[in-house]
Amino acid sequence: MTKQFGVIFGCLVLGELIAMIPGASIPGSIWGMLLLTFFLDGKWVRPESISPICKLLIKNMALFFVPPGVALMLYFDIIAREWMPITVATLGSIFLVLVVTGRLYEFLHKIFKKYR
Amino acid sequence: MDFTIFIRSELFMVTLTFLLFWLYSRLQAISRITLLNPMVLTIASLIVFLKFTGISYEEYYKGGHMIEFWLKPAIVALALPLYNELRHIRRQLLPLLLAELAGCVVGIVAVVVIAGVMGAGEDVVRSLAPKSVSTPIAIEISHQIGGIPALTSAIVVVVGMIGSVVGLKMMTWGRVKSPVSRSLSMGTAAHVMGTNRVSQYGERFGAYATIGLIINGVLTAFLANPIVELIYSFHLF
Repeated sequence: MTKQFGVIFGCLVLGELIAMIPGASIPGSIWGMLLLTFFLDGKWVRPESISPICKLLIKNMALFFVPPGVALMLYFDIIAREWMPITVATLGSIFLVLVVTGRLYEFLHKIFKKYR
Repeated sequence: MDFTIFIRSELFMVTLTFLLFWLYSRLQAISRITLLNPMVLTIASLIVFLKFTGISYEEYYKGGHMIEFWLKPAIVALALPLYNELRHIRRQLLPLLLAELAGCVVGIVAVVVIAGVMGAGEDVVRSLAPKSVSTPIAIEISHQIGGIPALTSAIVVVVGMIGSVVGLKMMTWGRVKSPVSRSLSMGTAAHVMGTNRVSQYGERFGAYATIGLIINGVLTAFLANPIVELIYSFHLF
């Protein structure tokens, strides 16, 4: 277990270090994820060796987000004031993401198949 | 020990969070109603509890931060499913990346412009920008680009619910036909919850949704900040 946490936290710490470099403008945890993927792909880390803890963490992600969600109680006034633009913008954007991603992928998939 | 001190203790806060989440997970499993989301119900119950007892968020957070701490390692753990999908990704890297890039940019631009034009405040607009990606990733991005992480996390959950309930219908209207591209879109637009929805149709569809969820998460992390800054530099609203 200590090895699994060691690998996961090791990647996280390295990621946080990278995120401190000016211009490395993505969160440290994302760098950590990319690093671990790179290590797995390079066979430096075996997937079986970190699998139980990874699965446990992913399965319980929703729980970890409860505390930041409770902070919502501090922003009730903003939501009451701006629920209308929030709702319309969210619905419109979901629809566009679904259709643009899906149709473009269908189109490109056909094109690339043809010229391979 | 004095009871009021007891219910304010870190131990009680952490225990209450675990128990409520477990209770609502059981409720969803038994009722099989997607809308009874354990995360949403736990948050709602805790807010009611804190308001009722007059305990401040800061006091709750003394216990709560110990749970939130696990968000970052959980994001790192996503490397495992990403690694498992690398074979699919490599085989059609270009079509996947281009479709994801377009979806990511369109999603951020649309939500920022619509909300801005309708008069939402700048902090709200910045909170909305990462709305399509998974909560832990979205929270970090929101924090980084000057949004309100708590507002972002609430919107992300709402997006996931809308996506998993009406997403497939929306794609039928938008004539997205092939099951693989529909799965990819669901993961892109509605993160884990959208992925959950299409996983019911088979492992392969879940895999494509996972690809969408992860690539969009990474792209949004890179692009949310520059896109938001660019849109604000035009002074449209």
